[in-house]
Amino acid sequence: MSTNDQNAKNETQQAETACSSAGPGMITIFFLVGFAASMIFGWVIFPELLYSKKHQPVNYNHKIHLDLVDNGCKSCHFFREDGSFSGIPGLDNCAACHEEVQGESEAEARLVEEFVKKGREIPWLVYSRQPDCVFFSHAVHVKKKEMECSVCHGPIGQSTTSRVYEENRITGVSRDIWGKNIAGIKKHTWDRMKMDDCAECHAEMAGKKDACFVCHK
Amino acid sequence: MKIDRRAFLSLSLGAAAGTAISPVPWKLIDDSSIWTQNWPWTPVPPVGKVTYVNSVCTLCPGGCGISVRKSGDRAIKIEGRDDHPINKGGICMLGLSGLQLLYGPTRIQTPLKRVGKRGENKFKPISWNEALDIVQKTLQPLREKKKTNELAGIFGTNQGTVFDLFSRFFQTFGSPNLFTMPSAENISAKGLEIMQGVNSPISYDIENADYILSFGAGLVDGWGAPGKMFVAHGDRKSALKQSKVRFVQIDSRLSNTAAKADTWLSVKPGTEAALALGMAQYIIKEGLYKQSFIKRYSNGFNAFKEFVNKEYTPKKAAEITGLDEEIIRFLAKDFTKAKRPIALFGRSNLENAGSVQEFMAIHALNALVENINSPGGVWAKPSITVNDLPQASIDDIAIKGLSDKKIDPDTDDSSIRPHRLIAAISKAKESPVSVLMIAGANPVYQLSDQKSVLKAFEKIPMVISFSAFMDETAVKSDLILPDHFYLEKTAESLTPPGTQKPILSLQKPVVKPLYNTRNTGDVIIKMAKNIGGSVADAFSWSNYEECLKQRLSNYWKVLQNKGFVVDNSYKPVKLFSTESRKFEFTGKSKSFDFKLASIEGETKRFPLILIPSDSIRLVADGSQTPPFMIKSLEDTVLKGNDVLVEINTSTAKSLGLKHNDTANLGTPRGKASVRVNVHDGIMPGIIAIPRGLGHSAYDDYLAGKGVNYMSLIGPVEDTVTGQDAAWGIRARLSKA
Repeated sequence: MSTNDQNAKNETQQAETACSSAGPGMITIFFLVGFAASMIFGWVIFPELLYSKKHQPVNYNHKIHLDLVDNGCKSCHFFREDGSFSGIPGLDNCAACHEEVQGESEAEARLVEEFVKKGREIPWLVYSRQPDCVFFSHAVHVKKKEMECSVCHGPIGQSTTSRVYEENRITGVSRDIWGKNIAGIKKHTWDRMKMDDCAECHAEMAGKKDACFVCHK
Repeated sequence: MKIDRRAFLSLSLGAAAGTAISPVPWKLIDDSSIWTQNWPWTPVPPVGKVTYVNSVCTLCPGGCGISVRKSGDRAIKIEGRDDHPINKGGICMLGLSGLQLLYGPTRIQTPLKRVGKRGENKFKPISWNEALDIVQKTLQPLREKKKTNELAGIFGTNQGTVFDLFSRFFQTFGSPNLFTMPSAENISAKGLEIMQGVNSPISYDIENADYILSFGAGLVDGWGAPGKMFVAHGDRKSALKQSKVRFVQIDSRLSNTAAKADTWLSVKPGTEAALALGMAQYIIKEGLYKQSFIKRYSNGFNAFKEFVNKEYTPKKAAEITGLDEEIIRFLAKDFTKAKRPIALFGRSNLENAGSVQEFMAIHALNALVENINSPGGVWAKPSITVNDLPQASIDDIAIKGLSDKKIDPDTDDSSIRPHRLIAAISKAKESPVSVLMIAGANPVYQLSDQKSVLKAFEKIPMVISFSAFMDETAVKSDLILPDHFYLEKTAESLTPPGTQKPILSLQKPVVKPLYNTRNTGDVIIKMAKNIGGSVADAFSWSNYEECLKQRLSNYWKVLQNKGFVVDNSYKPVKLFSTESRKFEFTGKSKSFDFKLASIEGETKRFPLILIPSDSIRLVADGSQTPPFMIKSLEDTVLKGNDVLVEINTSTAKSLGLKHNDTANLGTPRGKASVRVNVHDGIMPGIIAIPRGLGHSAYDDYLAGKGVNYMSLIGPVEDTVTGQDAAWGIRARLSKA
């Protein structure tokens, strides 16, 4: 064996030693660290980053109102004469009772001072507003097919405060459309309002998923 | 521990695996696809309460009922009104795209005062008080110096309350120099006055006629009330198989209307009336006319007969028109065989309609078949009577001004000859007009003989425009008092051209005025009040709406609720209002007088004839064509910034031109660079140029595209009314 060969062998051995310094165990650990970090980012940090949090202009208590009005949901969310739906009731609905401040709640005072007295419409943030590319008619669903409000909107009528409105920073759409569960898993019909959720029900009712232009005009 | 390459790769691999089963990639793909479908810069109407406002479209005189959908305060869609008697739910491209004009960038947003040189388009925004102050300081000295006839005005129409206020202002101020833009309605009104003794434009019961012989009328190219014509055309088409209605179009080019007709006969341009006379000669000679009617209820028949026998036998008419003699005879027979045949006057979309003599030649056919004042026939356009404004008293200054020299010596209340105003100013050393007011018209674009128009505008010391848009005339003004746009104001719309039942519709504000503009009616009232004395006394209304209400008081409630008043049971009275109570073939003169309207230019220098072509896709009256319509033009009309003129294959061959070639077009009045559209839908020797292009004003979609037809021609006066009746001009075309 020549000296040269000897040298080459030594170098190979050294290299092997260096490798084994991060032996198979270490490689697994690094893999797991990377895996865990991206999982934490994806499942915990990412949703926090993706959605901005906004508060409603007035903290609204559905339950209190529902107990006071005669006509249930329809007292404020009614069909107008032309068939359009008062999804977000106009200020005149509120003003009918809240012309003067009643009680001591802060929200009440704000409602009267900021909006009713100034005649300004309340810029409600709509949890269930679909993007502009979607056509939706309440009349068809509620009047013709007699669907309950809660099928899509859940037990909103029992809420006592307005929850935080989360807005997608990329699309500007409410988080309620994708659903609270970032994985998109739903337990109730009202947990998500994505196209697949519409299509699921359309498929059940019509036997097929329906054509694109039924909703995308 | 040392982090080497392997460790790093392992970390990345772990991160990638983790990311793949985290929501990050899937959610981002979903979000980005939603984002691309809802780009924040794509204009989307604001979410708001949806409402509908009914009104009338006044972008043309057609008077279609419209229903405007609003979301909150914003108008988002204009649709035809289903229950409106004119358009029955239909709407044209222009009516549909009104919102592009309403919200577009060419609106004038506040009163403006010129600061740069005239025509430089440099203006300073001023307040309404300041603006009215300037008007007052300009007008008052004319009253003081008793030179009130130095005030002149050009108005778009001679109908409606705003025009009446304008006219009243001129009368009480003391100026006889109020001009209105001429229209075919003036021609047919004069013709009917001579022949039937009623000074009202003609209307045709097209829907109930069974033979429609159109002498160049562009029935689906914007003629009359376009909305109504489309409905009539649709009804005829859907009934085509069972229907016995014949539709014959006489047209020198294959217009859209000619393409939709059962028969298209191409005659030399300007000779349509000669064909009518040739037919009349044959009808009379063969005794095919309604002899008892002609004998009992007409005057001047013998003179007419003598004239056509001498001058317009089918043979002679064939020579003039270029049609076969046999075809003229056949057409005459065919026409008289029908039960309810009508002969229609009014070339293209009625803006280059023809002369009174041409009207009379064509209308004589309707008399020969006795289809006047009966269903499926023709009669004078009826109107719903509105209250007159109370008589105004005028002071001595005004009396002097009104009796002083008039610019147009033939003026009564107002003149339909604005070209005379232009001629008078451009020829004079010093302008006889010191203040010119312009409302509802764009004369700098609309009037022919553009060189004189520009020269005249240079000379007038003060030009005041009431335009809602920065059009060619507003650019050349010193002061602009912007009007509201039609969707922002109240006005009345009277029976549209060619309509056989009396209709009155109310134009209502659809949206609140977007800018600091004012209704011209209100501005006139304010101007009059500022001048004071008897001028102010004549304008006792506190505002324009009060005046409008007074005029329409009999119908105000119905108009408010329903939006229109129509007399569906209207039937014309079977009566002629002439002195003789008979139909007059020749009028008061003993002989029938007819000459084909002349055309400017020498045949030698200008061997071809240039005519305009009208299309429903272009606004030709000087207003703006919205982008939506411009984008719908075929590339045989407009290619880039070049307009294409139509020529026949043989004309192109003789000139050595191929389709799309650039050519120089010259007329005695101007020249232009154009491209050629070579096809056989036009006779040899003729050039047709689209009207409505060649604007220097308005937005990038319109300005600088094509050539203005009016810059290539000059006025030719009608022998009876004196209004401009030019239908074309001699021209030459050469390869560039």
